[in-house]
Amino acid sequence: MKAKNQDWDFHHALKVLDDVCIGCTHCMTVCPTQAIRVRDGKARIIDNRCVDCGECYKACPVSAIIVEQDDLQMINNYPVRVILVPGVLIGQFPEKIRTSKIYAALKEIGFTHIFEVENSVEMVLDAYAQFQSENSNRPLISSFCPAIIRLIQVRFPSLVDHILRAKPPIDISALYYKKRLVSEGIAAEDIGMFYVTPCAAKIAAIKSPVGEEESPVTGVINMNYLYNRILQHLKKNEEPPKADFDRLLNSKGILWSLTRGESVHSKGRALAIDGINNVTEFLEKLENDEYEDIDFLELRACDESCAGGILISGNRFLTVERLTKRAAEYESSELANPPRKNDPLMEISSESFFEKVKPRPMEKLDEDISKALRKMERKRRLMCFLPGFDCAACGAPDCQTLSEDIVQGRAQVSHCIFMQQVMMDQKKLTQEHAKKIIDSIWGNERLQKNCNKLGAEDENN
Amino acid sequence: MQFKYKIAGGDFTNAGNASSAVKKILKQLNVDHTVSKHIVVALYEAEVNIVAHAYSGVIEVNIDKNQIHIILDDKGPGIADIDQAMEEGYSTASPQVREMGFGAGMGLANMKRNADKMLISSELGKGTKVELIHYLKPDEG
Repeated sequence: MKAKNQDWDFHHALKVLDDVCIGCTHCMTVCPTQAIRVRDGKARIIDNRCVDCGECYKACPVSAIIVEQDDLQMINNYPVRVILVPGVLIGQFPEKIRTSKIYAALKEIGFTHIFEVENSVEMVLDAYAQFQSENSNRPLISSFCPAIIRLIQVRFPSLVDHILRAKPPIDISALYYKKRLVSEGIAAEDIGMFYVTPCAAKIAAIKSPVGEEESPVTGVINMNYLYNRILQHLKKNEEPPKADFDRLLNSKGILWSLTRGESVHSKGRALAIDGINNVTEFLEKLENDEYEDIDFLELRACDESCAGGILISGNRFLTVERLTKRAAEYESSELANPPRKNDPLMEISSESFFEKVKPRPMEKLDEDISKALRKMERKRRLMCFLPGFDCAACGAPDCQTLSEDIVQGRAQVSHCIFMQQVMMDQKKLTQEHAKKIIDSIWGNERLQKNCNKLGAEDENN
Repeated sequence: MQFKYKIAGGDFTNAGNASSAVKKILKQLNVDHTVSKHIVVALYEAEVNIVAHAYSGVIEVNIDKNQIHIILDDKGPGIADIDQAMEEGYSTASPQVREMGFGAGMGLANMKRNADKMLISSELGKGTKVELIHYLKPDEG
């Protein structure tokens, strides 16, 4: 559980199940950082390129990509078991299931305390304001979405100093609530803080935090799994007791994790962009200084932000609808803007911020420019011969990536099935050798009859 | 190593494509991102200048381990008074171009600020040639 130094440890929550993976190209071709290759008929994730966005998870036709999670049993190691619930969990249930019932089910499942993650957004906004007044870089980029932070580290290293280094609500809430429980007399070592995550990136952020020594969160529970557990409890028990929970939440908090949840509170000119490809396109232009006078950027990897997280079971648009209604209810009732208690624990401090984010550029061909130039020359020459239509039959997502893999010594020209043909014509490659190459990429049995696939005779067997 | 890009006058939609391509190359060459930023900003200004003022142009980028030498050669109206054009705020851009957010008269000055060396030559009625040089090793600047 201990987080390690970001220089050498990249924890990824996305894993490939080798016995389920059918070695197709879907995940590889959608990956926004070209972090996947196929070898021995299985998808392989390259650790230092993966940003945990989850595009591969969504694209996999056989659910071979899974999100590694902590076992729910681990909560039993702690006498005090806090569940940190993000707003999007509630959003997935039909409106007739009241929030208090959902929370009652969480208590039945075994949690002793419930704390809503977005309870801390007023503190986060205070931290934003302080950071904005102390840093002149514009635009500042929200630190909310961990997949975006990682995308900037690997693909847009020149923008790392634009990251607004105030901790997101999950960290602020975990720090605050733990301190509060301790102030109420509970021993710190008795407290387990568990976060229900809508995505893989948040898991990676907790297991291997960026700009932070260690996450205040003890364990992470997969939201998809917990959603199903809650539904089971609600089915068993039609009228569960209502559970008490802290009502620090306001409408800002309810909407925070949705698109424009942050940008609407920003002073000056703010934009909200969701979807990792939309974000990439925008950051490309921003890096060229093509856009000016923007003060704040809310960037989220998922379409519809956290409502579109890969571990969300409900429809993302319905989730947005329910949360929008809940926010409106809070706005119009006495629940609106609960007075911030005169709580010194809610003051922001150095703990509300994280350290500078280190770039870890993945695009460089070599540290040394002379060597990099030679590799680039070779790469450009290779591209004159590769067919350029990105079929992915070589086990790399496209011809450019294959050419890069070749100059880096990770692949051969003969991995390209078209180059194989040319090489065989020129008697530089034998039929047997070509077959061996295909086997090494796609597995031994790939060219044999197999009706056990989507659309074939035995597709469901 | 040499890279060439063709630029079409008046095509603002694609203005910036050459700069983006060069930026990608610089990342692959592991050029420090602060240096690369100056190069890309100067090049983008120059690219937009061709789109805004000229009929067509060619950008030639020559890279070796010591420097990046960019030559922007356009067919266009040329610049009557280069010293005047270098002044901040001076612009001959049409009102339509200004409305699109370009032509504020900062282009040449901004390019000069971001480059280690800039050379301009121009012939009225024929076109303009701009050379931008960036040194990759700080001690040679």
